[in-house]
Amino acid sequence: MQLITCPYCGPREEAEFHYGGQAHVPHPADPGSLSDEEWAHHLFFRDNPRGPFAERWVHALGCRRWFNAVRDTVSYRFHHIYRLDQARPETP
Amino acid sequence: MNALRLPAGGRIDRSTTYEFTFNGQRLTGHPGDTLASALLAHGIHRTGTSIKLGRPRGIAAAWAEDPNGLIQIEEPFPEPMLLATTVELTDGLTARGIPGQGRLADVPDSARYDARHSHADLLVIGAGPTGLCAALTAARAGARVVLVDEQSEAGGYLLGSTDRIDGGPALDWVAAATAELAGFADVLHLQRTTAFGHFDDGFVLALERRTDHLGTPTHVLGGETAPPHKSRQRVWRIRARHVLVAAGAHERPVVFSDNDRPGIMLAGGARTYLHRYGVLAGRDVVVFTTNDSAYAAAVDLADAGARVHAVVDARAATPAAWVQKCVRRGIPVRAGRLVTGTEGVERITAVAVAGERIPCDLLLVSGGWNPAVHLFSQAGGTLRYDGGLGAFVPGEERDGVSVAGGAAGVAELGGCLADGRRAAEGALGGLGFVPVDSPSPVAEAHVDGQPSLVLWRVADGDQRTQFVDLQRDATVADIACAIGAGMRTVEHVKRYTTIGTAHDQGKTSGVLASGIAAELLGRPVGELGTTTFRPPYTPVAFAALAGRDRGSLFDPERTTAVHAWHVARGAVWEDVGQWKRPRYYPLPGEDMEAAVLRECAAVRGGVGILDGSTLGKIDVQGPDAAEFLNRLYTNMIATLKVGSVRYGVMCGADGMVIDDGTVLRLAGDRFLVYTTTGGAAAVLEWMEEWLQTEWPDLRVYLTSVTEQWATFPVVGPRSRDVIGTVFPDVDVSNAAFPFMTWRDTVLGSNRSGHDASTPRSARGGRPAPDQDVPVRLARVSFSGELAYEVNVDSWYARAVWERLVAAGERHGITPYGTETMHVLRAEKAYPIVGQDTDGTVTPHDLGMSWAVSKKKPFFVGKRSFHRADNQRADRKQLVALLPVDRNLFLPEGSQVIEGPSVPEPPIPMLGHVTSSYRSAALERTFALALVKAGRTRIGETVHVPVAGALVPVEVAEPVVFDPEGARRDG
Amino acid sequence: MTADLLARSGPLQSWTDRFAALPDTVQVVATPHVAMADLRVDPAGPAAADVAGFLGVDLPTAPSTYVETDSVRVIWLGPDEWLVTSPFRAPRALEAGLRDAVAGRGAVVDVSGQRTTLGLAGANARDVLSGGCAIDLHPAVFRRGAAAQTLLGLTGVVLVALDDTATSYEILVRSSFAPYLASWLLDAATEHTPT
Ligand SMILES: [Zn+2]
Repeated sequence: MQLITCPYCGPREEAEFHYGGQAHVPHPADPGSLSDEEWAHHLFFRDNPRGPFAERWVHALGCRRWFNAVRDTVSYRFHHIYRLDQARPETP
Repeated sequence: MNALRLPAGGRIDRSTTYEFTFNGQRLTGHPGDTLASALLAHGIHRTGTSIKLGRPRGIAAAWAEDPNGLIQIEEPFPEPMLLATTVELTDGLTARGIPGQGRLADVPDSARYDARHSHADLLVIGAGPTGLCAALTAARAGARVVLVDEQSEAGGYLLGSTDRIDGGPALDWVAAATAELAGFADVLHLQRTTAFGHFDDGFVLALERRTDHLGTPTHVLGGETAPPHKSRQRVWRIRARHVLVAAGAHERPVVFSDNDRPGIMLAGGARTYLHRYGVLAGRDVVVFTTNDSAYAAAVDLADAGARVHAVVDARAATPAAWVQKCVRRGIPVRAGRLVTGTEGVERITAVAVAGERIPCDLLLVSGGWNPAVHLFSQAGGTLRYDGGLGAFVPGEERDGVSVAGGAAGVAELGGCLADGRRAAEGALGGLGFVPVDSPSPVAEAHVDGQPSLVLWRVADGDQRTQFVDLQRDATVADIACAIGAGMRTVEHVKRYTTIGTAHDQGKTSGVLASGIAAELLGRPVGELGTTTFRPPYTPVAFAALAGRDRGSLFDPERTTAVHAWHVARGAVWEDVGQWKRPRYYPLPGEDMEAAVLRECAAVRGGVGILDGSTLGKIDVQGPDAAEFLNRLYTNMIATLKVGSVRYGVMCGADGMVIDDGTVLRLAGDRFLVYTTTGGAAAVLEWMEEWLQTEWPDLRVYLTSVTEQWATFPVVGPRSRDVIGTVFPDVDVSNAAFPFMTWRDTVLGSNRSGHDASTPRSARGGRPAPDQDVPVRLARVSFSGELAYEVNVDSWYARAVWERLVAAGERHGITPYGTETMHVLRAEKAYPIVGQDTDGTVTPHDLGMSWAVSKKKPFFVGKRSFHRADNQRADRKQLVALLPVDRNLFLPEGSQVIEGPSVPEPPIPMLGHVTSSYRSAALERTFALALVKAGRTRIGETVHVPVAGALVPVEVAEPVVFDPEGARRDG
Repeated sequence: MTADLLARSGPLQSWTDRFAALPDTVQVVATPHVAMADLRVDPAGPAAADVAGFLGVDLPTAPSTYVETDSVRVIWLGPDEWLVTSPFRAPRALEAGLRDAVAGRGAVVDVSGQRTTLGLAGANARDVLSGGCAIDLHPAVFRRGAAAQTLLGLTGVVLVALDDTATSYEILVRSSFAPYLASWLLDAATEHTPT
């Protein structure tokens, strides 16, 4: 049972959190202007890196706040956890 | 009786005698014994036979590393796959040896199993000299310490030795250390507690065996018994800032021909049986060793009266001091010699040493020591091979984890004591504690000796009887076979040979397998490495892992405010998510079909009432609430007037339906959104995700009010009469209260109702005054009938429900459940998200294009409706299916095919049945189905396989009852 | 006329006898009908000050804490969200008062029926909780003034520490989960109920 550090509530067991997929994939401002292929890419394609990966999480059973995290997909270590209004930290 | 029990010594209580039964034989032992020590006291080594070859096997160690002594307990309660070496003897115990497999009880286990969370600055695993030193160091510095140890008492290796600390017996020091630890409020010291899993972020699971050793009340001879309220086993969920593994080391055997006979034992094990249990494991002893440690066993057993016929030391250079001790006792030392074979079937009778036959009844073996690195490795710690020790030791340092003492490869007592203190001080520094000055315990001088020889096996003889993993009957021949088959890594060899996969998880065989495979491959063992250590360290019963999450506590049952009424009314339940919902209310003699037909007829013919409180409800407030909902629903919400209700559909960005429900506009800046019962939490999270991550500029606040409001649809042509009676101040006429509007009203309340709560006077203040209870009525219908949804503060839900039922009595009001609700809605083709949809269904597929705005420039999912796949003419569409046989019921999930005969595979599938019911109104069966290009097939006949036959069904308009909607307004 | 008035009920009404049978070291009481309002405002904005004026106490801004006066308790639920509870005020009056103070600069929702309150007290109270709650309940860490939204058993709760000795708590649980939690607490108390 990993700990995830909610940017508000602090470290809590992962069971209190829900995963929200890749972070920093904003919904296109004008979907109508996208080709079918571009739209399909937005809908169905996400990165799957080996190593640091920016993700969305929500402290579902705590403060209900969404936040972002950079997690290493090999070690599962959380390198950075940051609020939605904070910029993505530099990662190696 | 106890022929091999010494008259004195050990940590057993000779004043009390326990009777037990093993393999049908009545035997005796003492408190403090394990089953193994009690058997050995009777001279019994053999416990059973091996799993594949049926070879007699016996006790080979003194604790969990034993690969052999597998037993089944029959009394007090059947439990398979235990080790005789780790079962504490109790009075009346009945057990038998098993050949690798036992049997589970065929009656439920009535024992309690529970869990506890615990937090520590420092968790110390192992209460041997290293762990005790570390725990003391940390406790004295003021840290919160958890100390766990798997044995019945602290001391670890010291329990089986004659070591001395601070000039006295080491166990006196152990007792003093334990007593000092007990004086710290923030030290949790648990014996009989095995740390079995080490996970991320300092999380360790440990199993505490709490009551078995106390015996059962019927069998106890005096003293404590197991209290029935106390859990038998407890899983400790320990979260530590720093974990110190001080788990000691396991002695490693050497592989030679016929090395599996009963009476062949690890040297340290025999020493433990002697010193801890006062038992001589044999009278005629041979010791075979590659290192100094086994000399202590030879000397101690000789001193206790055994005849030690030889110490066979594989090394040419023997340790002078030890040899001198042997000579003094008349023990011959054979330097540079190997054991090449053994004799005896049920028990070893002789050892072959370089052509010489030495009779014996006990062969002690020591091939060195493997640090118990399991818990370090489980948490991701890498290991490195130490050529001097011939063992894998912790490699790099890891944050928050350290290893000390025997587990780190430290061999002697003084080193362990110092290492425990050093490791604790290192950890404390990182945690912000300052170690206090205190004298270090001093161990007696170590006997200088010779370096160990790394010897995995004695090659002479038949590889097929050179056992590596005794529990799996896996031999050197099997490793050779694996390598012959092309296995080149130790992981592959493990899987090919099954070495290390048994009950003991390779505690003695794992490193041997690496060593022997390396030898056969001609590669360095350090390069080959070892297999991965995985939890659990020792087996854990599923019952313990489940803890209290079983039976009615396995999954929470959510209930509504009216639950007790449903219970009293004899409701039959449907589980909807975690909710308990009445499925139907059978009258005496009714089955489900009869009850549902009656309930359906009552609603369409008169009036019914449903507990719909499980619907999700979300309060949406803020200046931008209308804009927010406009973006999330496919239809127009912003134009909804205050006082009105709209049905809305929510889609994912892919355009597929994810939820539906009604939306009430309470004020210009406030809405009440209803979700499906099962979707409530996910929809709120979904809405929050859009709000927080995409549209943080919108001033909107979302609050769950699912349990705040109880919701009771009162449905049917007579519903207006019931509502008019209960809420006389509401004009319930169609003109004043039209369809898809809501009205607020109030009912008088009575604070002195049957709740007995009294405000706590200590906190002052005045109790709340009597006040009116707000009720919100909504003209919505999930059945096509005239209906009023009554929403009330859940504090008053039961009272309002009862009032509605009382008022409806003269109209024959009928409470109905989810099954009737489903029939009624299906007759009107109202889909159930998750039943008639599956994540691939658009509103258009459901025939709800009317619920998709063409005017709104944006809503979630809109863009996807223009994708080619969403435009396909052959998309599956929701239609009704009417079996030609009006009485034939189509099972939900049935496939729909063209028919009338079954073509050659692959059979083109047209779709499947999503909902199927018997309609009271139509006096026939009907179904909803998703069918390819379904709407163009209306009027056609297709076929459904039912019970081995293809039955014809007519594709029909989805709304099979009152398609004109004539009944909506009563 | 009393007959015309509605009686209140609560999800744990039928549990009183079972709670009463518990040992002194694990005392559980149901405290139904506590007025509760969910409050959403910018903690740094003027609305927060006006709300503080109405409540008589500043909104707590430290996560997982609460503050209280003689008549209300204000529990931090999120960076802009609080749960205001009071056993003395009527739900509608509490909601209306807060709504007046917020004056459109946030949101207020009556959630008095959304959760119900359980009191847990006694020498073994912390032991019982630690059977199903993963957060650190050591009184040096979790003491009067602390209120955590977390899991207890298999349900979400707001756990409120009432003293500094780990012997008195309040547990706020979604009303639909209250019978589950009551069963869970009774079961957990078994360990401390010698027969
Ligand atoms: Zn949080």
